Amino acid sequence: MGLAVGAPLVLGGCNFYPTYGASRGVTTQGQDTFKLYSGMMTTGIIVGGLVGLLILFTIVRYRRRSDEMPKQFHESIPIEIVYTGVPILIVAVLFLFTVLTENKVDATVPVNATVSSTGTPVLDVKVTAFQWGWRFDYPRNNVTVSGEVTNGPDDHGPQMVLPMGERVQITLVSNDVIHGFYVRDFNFSRYALPGVVNVFDLDLVRTGTFPGQCTQICGLYHSEMLFSVRSVTPDAFQSWVSSEVANGHTLQRTPEPAANTPPPYTRVTPSNALAAPSSKKGSL
Amino acid sequence: MTTTVESPELIEPEEPGGPDAHGPDAQGPGGHGTDGHGHDAAHEHHQGPTGILNWLTSTDHKVIGKSYMITSLVLFFIAGIMALVIRSQLADPTSSLVNFQTYNELFTMHGSLMLYLFAGPFAFGGLANYIVPLQVGAPDMAFPRLNALSYWLYLGGSSMMMASFLVAGGAASFGWVAYAPLSNSINSPGTGTDMWLMSLALTGFSAIFTGVNLVATIFYLRAPGLTMFRVPIFSWNMLVTGILILIAFPVLFGAVVMLFCDRHFGTHIYSVQGGGVPVLWQHLFWFFGHPEVYILALPYFGIVTDIIPVFSRKPLFGYRGMVFATLSIAALSTGVWAHHMFTTGVVLLPFFSLLSYLIAVPTGIKFFNWIGTMWGGQVSFQTPMLFSMGFLFAFLMGGVTGVLLASPPVDFMTHDTYFVVAHFHQVLIGTTVFAGFAGFYFWYPKMFGRMLSERLGKLHFWFLFAGFWLTFMPQYLVGLKGMPRRIADYLPTNGWTGLNQLSTAGAMVIGFSFLFFLANLVTSWRKPVAAGDNPWDGGALEWFTSSPPPHHNFTHLPPIRSERPTWDYNHPEHRKDESHGDKRHREQQEEHKETVGAPS
Repeated sequence: MGLAVGAPLVLGGCNFYPTYGASRGVTTQGQDTFKLYSGMMTTGIIVGGLVGLLILFTIVRYRRRSDEMPKQFHESIPIEIVYTGVPILIVAVLFLFTVLTENKVDATVPVNATVSSTGTPVLDVKVTAFQWGWRFDYPRNNVTVSGEVTNGPDDHGPQMVLPMGERVQITLVSNDVIHGFYVRDFNFSRYALPGVVNVFDLDLVRTGTFPGQCTQICGLYHSEMLFSVRSVTPDAFQSWVSSEVANGHTLQRTPEPAANTPPPYTRVTPSNALAAPSSKKGSL
Repeated sequence: MTTTVESPELIEPEEPGGPDAHGPDAQGPGGHGTDGHGHDAAHEHHQGPTGILNWLTSTDHKVIGKSYMITSLVLFFIAGIMALVIRSQLADPTSSLVNFQTYNELFTMHGSLMLYLFAGPFAFGGLANYIVPLQVGAPDMAFPRLNALSYWLYLGGSSMMMASFLVAGGAASFGWVAYAPLSNSINSPGTGTDMWLMSLALTGFSAIFTGVNLVATIFYLRAPGLTMFRVPIFSWNMLVTGILILIAFPVLFGAVVMLFCDRHFGTHIYSVQGGGVPVLWQHLFWFFGHPEVYILALPYFGIVTDIIPVFSRKPLFGYRGMVFATLSIAALSTGVWAHHMFTTGVVLLPFFSLLSYLIAVPTGIKFFNWIGTMWGGQVSFQTPMLFSMGFLFAFLMGGVTGVLLASPPVDFMTHDTYFVVAHFHQVLIGTTVFAGFAGFYFWYPKMFGRMLSERLGKLHFWFLFAGFWLTFMPQYLVGLKGMPRRIADYLPTNGWTGLNQLSTAGAMVIGFSFLFFLANLVTSWRKPVAAGDNPWDGGALEWFTSSPPPHHNFTHLPPIRSERPTWDYNHPEHRKDESHGDKRHREQQEEHKETVGAPS
């Protein structure tokens, strides 16, 4: 059983892992999560399938065929020990792989680092969720992008542009209620919780546009709180930054959002974020 | 044997008019099962009011149990219709069948009705109230008046929640979990929210009182000879459920009171502005909420654990293992609440992950016990057993996906998507619907003295079973394709439309299957088929008395030497004395042949 759990996780080769409907991930973190998911799903299908077949076999094999009274046995200690021990082994192995993956997914560069351990620069993006929209601040590049729900079914929300191949550190905060930052192809979600600053890192490995959406019910327009992430090459990212600055989408120009967010250029840390009380309502 | 247990006459309804709350025993429940036993009729005869007055004033656990079941089933059907509206809305990506506000109210109330007002009360208020005193050989619950108070609090709370649709601003619309700060007075100013909170307080106390009653009844009112390790698993599970209620519901009540204070008295317990902590609500809520999951599941595990041996003609395999599995599930369930909060970023992931994984172990033990019970048996598939098999497969699928969700990284990728929606619906429908209706079909003859139609019951099952898989398998996939829960519309370009339409079609099949159930009830009331005392050859004590039981349940009891005293009594040649090493009881049993009087 332990082998059934471990084998898909240990064996290499990205395409070895069946997707079972999930995305393979476009970040290194998302790919790690995907591999864990795929391995656990394989295990689940094997174990669940065996148990299901055992049930089917039992109810077919022992369906009532006569009025004879069956043997009245009611326990078997060795069998009971086996079916207690084997599941413990399975979940122990699953837990081991979970912790290994979790440590990779949750690893973040120190808050004031400018270069990650692999030598790539760290790009800070502060994501602010509010009723009902998103704001993406790039303190290092003096750029901000924001967008609100406009009730249009074709509105795909604001877009966060990120460079592929660089370590991106997202600082996630909320202006009002709880929102969920979720990008399907990142295989990742995190709450934007009022009073809490959540920090996580992303390493994009592919270019493309990836839809995202608020996943935590946040009021009337929760359904339409969309955004997207566009992953581009570092050069394209620099030219995007230049055009945004030229278009005046800079942090100084933007008066909004008011009360609860720390001044621009300050990386939000748990200490200074909690000091600033959040406003009662979002920007609407 | 000097006495016989068959009922003196088959129960013919005096009023075959329609299914009303009071049933046959509203017309003098003492009448049945007492004659012909040489028992003092005056002692047993119940000189109470009849009809509606009986229903209003009764402290009889059987009347209260039936009231609970009927009320919770009505709420189940209302919540089910809400689900069909929700599914209809989602069949078309840009549907405007209902507006956003109505949609938010619908899914909030669907969840609230199903979880707070149906799943729990149907089991621990309805079935347990009726069956537990019978299974332990007691004349009633330990505190009959408290039991009546429970029901009236429940009915009041349920009515208040339903009435919240009528107030300005509509019903609560923040999901059944009511996360702060969305549920505060700024974001949810309506009276509907306050009524929702009051309803939780009322039904919460109702649950607490029922929990007290169950624990006291099972600990103190067991019949002579019924040691704890002879108590049927259904009653064991209700005992553990009662304990979990006492752990969990007071926490919910505290959380609700604090939210009410935040909303009306200017406290800032859950608001950042006043130095409060919004995530505290989640901690308190899920400290209630995860034991609540097992409050909803354990009774239903108990139901199938009672049903499978009866239809396999064998004793339960691994009785003690089952008891310890139930106890360890209960113990673990108080330490896993934060697995609902993995994506908050403020909980210790490995601890809650490990405990969540461990719950799979006792749950797995239960599966093997159920299989071991059928193994080597003579398994027949009447409706209750069919529904139990439906439970096994549904819960297996829901359980396997649950193990995945115990892993924080996998939870990150699926949290708040339809993957989770599919997971918990498979678990909850597996338990509350498949196992719940298994119990309903199983004990209906005992409660009303008449059989349900096997043909209609099987049609009900097969349509439900097909609809169940058609509804929820596509939801796993659409969740993995990125569809979040609680959204009313989506982009046609997302590629979610086809899967949603499959799911909606499945939901309609589920809805359709319940027409067979209703037809079955109507048929049984129009053309009653008398059930007799023990139509399934059941083993526990409830099958020893008449159907329905007399006012104080038993005129006499069999000797209790195992968890299946009725079965031992009816099949003396198969008694399992040897295995438990109490051969000496054989001789004693000869002396005990004369009936043991019911404790009263």
